Amino acid sequence: MSKVTDNSSISTSLLAPVYIVPIKQHIGEVCTPIVSVGEQVFRGQKIAKSQGYVSVPVHAPTSGKVVKIEEHAIPHPSGMGLPSIFIEPDGNDTRDESLKPISDYREKDPAELRERVRICGVAGLGGAVFPTFIKLLKDQRNPIETVILNGIECEPYLTNDHRLMIEKSKQIVTGLDIIMHMVGAKKAIVAIEDNKPDAAEALRKAVESQPEMKHVEVHLLPTRYPQGSEKQLIQVLTGKEIPAGKLPMHIGVLCQNVGTTWAIFDAVVRGNALTERFVTVSGDAVPRPGVMRVRLGTPMRFVYAQHGLDHFENIHLLHGGPMMGERLKGPDVPVVKSTNGLLAMHSDTMMKAHKVEQPCIRCGHCGVACPINLVPNLLADQCRSDLFEKAESYNLFDCIECGACSYVCPSNIPLVHYFRYGKGQLAQISRAKGFADASKERSEARDIRIEREKAERAAKRKQVRAAHKPKPSDEMKTEAIKTDEKAGEEKPTDEKPESKGSES
Amino acid sequence: MIINLSSPHIHGGDSVRMTMISVILALMPAGIVSVYLFGWLAFMLITLCMVTCVATEFIVLRMMGRPATPIGDGSAALTGLLLALTLPAYIPWWMVLLGSIIAIILGKQLYGGLGYNLFNPALAARVILLISFPLNMTAWIVPMHVGAPIIDLYNFNDCFNLFLFGPEAVARTLDAITMASPLGHIKTEWSQGIGVTEALRNYDYSYLDAFLGLEAGSIGETSAIALLIGGIYLLARHTISWHIPFTYLATVMVLAAIFNMIDPAHYAPPLFHLLAGGLILCAFFMATDPVSSPVTAKGRIVFGIGCGILTWSIRTYGGYPEGAMFAVILMNCAVPIIDHYCRPRVYGR
Amino acid sequence: MMQLLAATLSFGAFALLFGVLLAIAGRVFKVEGDPIADNIEAMLPQTQCGQCGFVGCKPYAGAVASGEAEVNQCVPGGERTMLQIADMMGVEPKTVEDEASSPMIAFVREDECIGCTLCIKACPVDAILGAPKQYHTVITDHCTGCTLCVEPCPVDCIDMLIKPELLEHWSWPLPDTERSRLAMERKGQHAPYTA
Repeated sequence: MSKVTDNSSISTSLLAPVYIVPIKQHIGEVCTPIVSVGEQVFRGQKIAKSQGYVSVPVHAPTSGKVVKIEEHAIPHPSGMGLPSIFIEPDGNDTRDESLKPISDYREKDPAELRERVRICGVAGLGGAVFPTFIKLLKDQRNPIETVILNGIECEPYLTNDHRLMIEKSKQIVTGLDIIMHMVGAKKAIVAIEDNKPDAAEALRKAVESQPEMKHVEVHLLPTRYPQGSEKQLIQVLTGKEIPAGKLPMHIGVLCQNVGTTWAIFDAVVRGNALTERFVTVSGDAVPRPGVMRVRLGTPMRFVYAQHGLDHFENIHLLHGGPMMGERLKGPDVPVVKSTNGLLAMHSDTMMKAHKVEQPCIRCGHCGVACPINLVPNLLADQCRSDLFEKAESYNLFDCIECGACSYVCPSNIPLVHYFRYGKGQLAQISRAKGFADASKERSEARDIRIEREKAERAAKRKQVRAAHKPKPSDEMKTEAIKTDEKAGEEKPTDEKPESKGSES
Repeated sequence: MIINLSSPHIHGGDSVRMTMISVILALMPAGIVSVYLFGWLAFMLITLCMVTCVATEFIVLRMMGRPATPIGDGSAALTGLLLALTLPAYIPWWMVLLGSIIAIILGKQLYGGLGYNLFNPALAARVILLISFPLNMTAWIVPMHVGAPIIDLYNFNDCFNLFLFGPEAVARTLDAITMASPLGHIKTEWSQGIGVTEALRNYDYSYLDAFLGLEAGSIGETSAIALLIGGIYLLARHTISWHIPFTYLATVMVLAAIFNMIDPAHYAPPLFHLLAGGLILCAFFMATDPVSSPVTAKGRIVFGIGCGILTWSIRTYGGYPEGAMFAVILMNCAVPIIDHYCRPRVYGR
Repeated sequence: MMQLLAATLSFGAFALLFGVLLAIAGRVFKVEGDPIADNIEAMLPQTQCGQCGFVGCKPYAGAVASGEAEVNQCVPGGERTMLQIADMMGVEPKTVEDEASSPMIAFVREDECIGCTLCIKACPVDAILGAPKQYHTVITDHCTGCTLCVEPCPVDCIDMLIKPELLEHWSWPLPDTERSRLAMERKGQHAPYTA
């Protein structure tokens, strides 16, 4: 099964008129801008710093001036936006030279290399955008024995990894070497699907040309979706399953996409922060499909225009591949770290996948297709009927949303959509429950506080009354006279508790 | 505005209509053999069943205020065809009508339409007809090419009159034009103390005839070879999975083999059971009805074994000679709980 | 005649046996306390706002369990809570009056605040920060939107604003298909099953 852009060599995007850089392009905490409007920035300069552990910084894609920092739409199914830094390029594309190239990485401490990968903002470029440095940890508790280079690229239409492996094979192998040094692994496998024999050949040659990488195996696997998913790939290559709730590192495996590997090479050996990525622009509505090297923050409209597409009526835009990518409201969103594909399809092609939903005939094809061995039709029924706890007990959260079940369903049921709805509702329910529990605690704490204050006031009142207690016999006469004189006056003891109360 | 279309945005192209059409195609060999054996009667029976089922579904959907588009998916036509193939060649036309209407209304639409029925609609209708009209439903007309023909079933007029007006219209009685099926025969012989081997001998039973279909029975169930061709086609096309047919047939044969070894006079041999009655028809086409059978592989194996045990037990010890349809209906009741407990092991757990 | 007698006696004996078993079971498996009220309280949003007419969530739960209150009185809980309660009590669902269209957060217009602390005293979860003669402000993460602070303010400087939706909290709605629409309609006729 060949893809349209299999043989298109990588082209480079022209400099866009403006770059829109959202402050979060990864899984984890959002970044905070560290530049101000009007400031001059250089290519690769950090413009937003990371917060928390699961976070990577964001860099300027080219040299220019920061013109504004405001909310702008990002490629997200909600259509919502994030604060973004707008940069107007000055055309010089001057690099920030602060990071020095490291050619002798084998001599360096892995922790130093890990920090380099983090500071360069590298995240999983297969589409998951998980901060890469977190995975590249050399930890004695979970030693990595095997590094798997994921060159599978199982999504239809996408060929950026394919072209990268052909055109930059030596650099990818160097990147693999860096990774192996960083985690202390001895074994490495490069996994490629058999619809890319030229990529496999290129990588084999690259491996053979570097004597220290001779032990790296290049495996050609039968093309099957979703083999590119980490869980499935590790199972196919090593026979081991990642236990539920655990990570590949817990079974001694590290999986890295070839695009990310190239970015690691770029960061360590060349000292370049992550400012660009490779994007497949394809689909039946694109006149000149191809793979393009695009700076992050480039407006998608500009990328489509360079492939001949500038009218968007009756055309659906997809961010990513057709199986797991999301529809875009329009082309006026920027390219981000997770943009592995920009597809444009005619309305009728697209709507073939969204026909009228018919009742489930319980054929079971979805269960056969599911790589996690769930029972999708029962799960979808439960999600639709709001039986969320039951869906959770049927392992709804183990679903990787690959779309294989919806693809084979003869009744055109949008199964993945139901799962997403169910997962979202469960998350909302648990959030609401957490908030309700916290509110209850606060309310109870308040009740305790009020009780305590009442008790304190009562004790104080008792104390004051005891202090003003009348002495026996001779006081009686004086009391009688006093009472007559002061009959009209207000008792001073009443006001003290009032003012005490209002201070709280 | 939220973009309310989730991935995936491509589809494999499979549809309910294609599935139903593939099953109808798989039943074509059995249909052709049925016409070969039972002539015009079979043809009229199949036509009336299919037309009535589709018409009933159309009318019922209209009465429920729903759009009539579901008849386009072919499931009503398939139910009609399946029902016809389980019926004896001669039953009064009004019984056919009744059966088809019951299949669609009681067996399917009352539950909520396609995808919601608990029982296999064709089988449910057949069971209701059998229990309501036991005499007619076990009157197996003598097929053509089997021994001496009693009525010429290739004569349209004769068949037409028989179908509409009964055996009197062709100057016959019901008994004269019917014969016992192999299963019925050995059951009645056993009640008179005659063992299986002798009963088969005096019936002139031949395994080859049973395999080809040259025996009495309902119009679609007699020919094992025609049904197997259809079944293998469905397996190759992945419309059905091997779990149910294989485990169903294997269970029956294993049970029959064990008991046949213990007491060959009482218990019929396994090959006899395989080729007798509607077992192959039920195993490949009825028990595998996706809506009323389990969804998971494990569940299907349990279902198949359950059907097998019940079929053999009813055939051997039950009051009725044929137990396959009852077995499948009974297992249909258990499907929701089978689905719940027979889920596959999830990745990583 | 003997058969009739035998049948009657055996049925009678069975009935007696099962009656005794049930009586024993009723004694052995008896549940102490009132789990229904606790279950209902767990469904409520704990805003302690009093919009149901009771002093807090626990009293309302107790009232519903004993049948004194209707199932649709909790305003912050809205339709979802009402359906859950109706399901637990086995009654028909009733529409919740005055249900807010989206969650609200109180907001103090600090320029106008006179520092009287009346709103602070009114807040059932202590979500307002302030002191006498100091500006008061709402801790937005703790505010439940119960609106109890709006009335007491003598200068009417508290607004109820719609809670902004965060990107991380966005979730997919149901698909726009006929069957989803039917499911949404049916939701009004049956409660979400939480067992």
